[in-house]
Amino acid sequence: MIEVRHLSKTYGSVTAVDDISFRVAHGEILGFLGPNGAGKTTTMRILTGYIPPTEGEAIVAGFNVFDEPIEAKRRTGYLPETPPLYPEMTVREFLTFVAQINNIARADRRRRVITAMERTWVSDMADRHCATLSKGYRQRVGLAQAILHNPEVLILDEPTAGLDPKQIIETRELIKELAGDHTIILSTHILPEVSQTCQRVVIISRGHVVAENTPENLTALGQGVTTVRLRFDTQDMTAPTTLASIPGVLRVTTVEQRNSVTTMDVETEHDHDLRRDLAQTIVANGWGLLELRSMQMSLEDVFLHLTTEEQDEKSTILDESSQPEQLHHKKHATELDNE
Amino acid sequence: MNNILAIAQKELRSYFASPIGYVVIGMFALLFGYFYYTILNFFVRQSMQVSQFDFGGPAALNINQQMIRPLLLNASVFVLFVLPMVTMRTYSEEKRSGTMELLLTSPLSDLQIVMGKFLGAMGLYVMMLIVTLLHIGLLFIYGNPEWPPVLVGYLGLLLLGGCFVSAGLLISSMTKNQIVAGIVTFAVFLMLWVINWLGDSASPLTQTVLSYLSITEHFEDFSRGVLDTKHVIYYLSFIVFGLFLTVKSLDRERWKG
Repeated sequence: MIEVRHLSKTYGSVTAVDDISFRVAHGEILGFLGPNGAGKTTTMRILTGYIPPTEGEAIVAGFNVFDEPIEAKRRTGYLPETPPLYPEMTVREFLTFVAQINNIARADRRRRVITAMERTWVSDMADRHCATLSKGYRQRVGLAQAILHNPEVLILDEPTAGLDPKQIIETRELIKELAGDHTIILSTHILPEVSQTCQRVVIISRGHVVAENTPENLTALGQGVTTVRLRFDTQDMTAPTTLASIPGVLRVTTVEQRNSVTTMDVETEHDHDLRRDLAQTIVANGWGLLELRSMQMSLEDVFLHLTTEEQDEKSTILDESSQPEQLHHKKHATELDNE
Repeated sequence: MNNILAIAQKELRSYFASPIGYVVIGMFALLFGYFYYTILNFFVRQSMQVSQFDFGGPAALNINQQMIRPLLLNASVFVLFVLPMVTMRTYSEEKRSGTMELLLTSPLSDLQIVMGKFLGAMGLYVMMLIVTLLHIGLLFIYGNPEWPPVLVGYLGLLLLGGCFVSAGLLISSMTKNQIVAGIVTFAVFLMLWVINWLGDSASPLTQTVLSYLSITEHFEDFSRGVLDTKHVIYYLSFIVFGLFLTVKSLDRERWKG
């Protein structure tokens, strides 16, 4: 439904998007994840035909957005980062105008406008001027504008920005509901949103795709290494070396040491549960075990690792201890890219 | 075509949603009324003098040539002052508020957007001219001017305004800041008006070229009631060229991102 091939965009000497490729299947919701300035908005603007790419091509609903822009735009609904509203128009007038420029027949316009307002819960504001709407309502009118002509493809740039928690949930429900007959790309930097709404995630950082997978797999990716947090009471200075000598332990990091209470993170190989061995070692050495827990890596961690990777390569600001971990994830990210 | 009209309608509505539409029409009517009054005064005094000295001679003063012509010539000048205020925000405002993104991602061609905005601004201009017809109507009630020259004169005003609107929209499409658009538009209009004032210092050839370029110079004949295709073609090509450049300017904006 949407196919992006080797897309690049440079502004003067700044490269906003660098050789991005991905596909979205019919009826799928793709989450576009990345820190601010990663190139999410630029990619979306290229897909909607707002700006042309420097290189590469984008095909939306079977039409090349650059060669047949009108056909592609007819099948695309777009919610930009700031909802594009005319302050002097009422919500109804604005949506009617959008219906007009989308070539919706006069007879159909009224009904379409009403349906769109109902679906985005803005009917009660129908006759208010856009200038007087709150941020949440502006966002929803923007969404109404995007779905008004019932497009095959929806491109939503941070659709839940500025909404209150209840509205966020409602909007996510709406997006999921739309997914069946619409293909959706949504960008966000809110991670739970991705795991809750999207079937697939593309993580982009500094203009590159750093990972592309389902939210579940990405979370699992973070568990390539299992970390066990230990807290015990001892004066024994050799504790780290003793623990490191247990077979299967990759690395031992001291997190905190206060008086005799030591907190340590022990990284072990994936699917290699060493909690019993660790407990035995501690007890056998006569240290007082206070806490032992297995730590899961969340999507947040994966995201942070993937998107901060490149900076690490360029600068050595980060302390040495985190380097092996970074490399580990790098390896996994590359594996995913090849899939 | 429907798309063009939808945009034109939206433009017109936005003029009247803000005070701009009312202020522009009101100020134009005020200026026009003032000039109408002074020229009428002068005309009445002159015709009284003529009727005192020239008993039963050929027709007295020609109301078309002595009254309507100077009035339209003056109107052409304050059109120049008023139109920058109409055109300056057209594109600048859309770019600033982000609605340009809506237009450019809707299934509209650049030409449709440009035409729609042109027609919208022209719509407001036509309203300005309609108000002035009240004054001309009075002349028809109390005098007996000929109507074809008046018609030609108004066609001239329409074409002249079309050129200003076309140039003004082009300038507005090149900046995000409406004040900048306004000032540049005003300066350009003024230049187009006074470009042939270079006078005797220029060579005859330069003088001919400059007077050909002067946008108000071409209005002379219209104000006299003479319809010369030369001038019509000048104005129409000016308008079309302006619109063409505006389409290019939108495209350039895209590439610039």
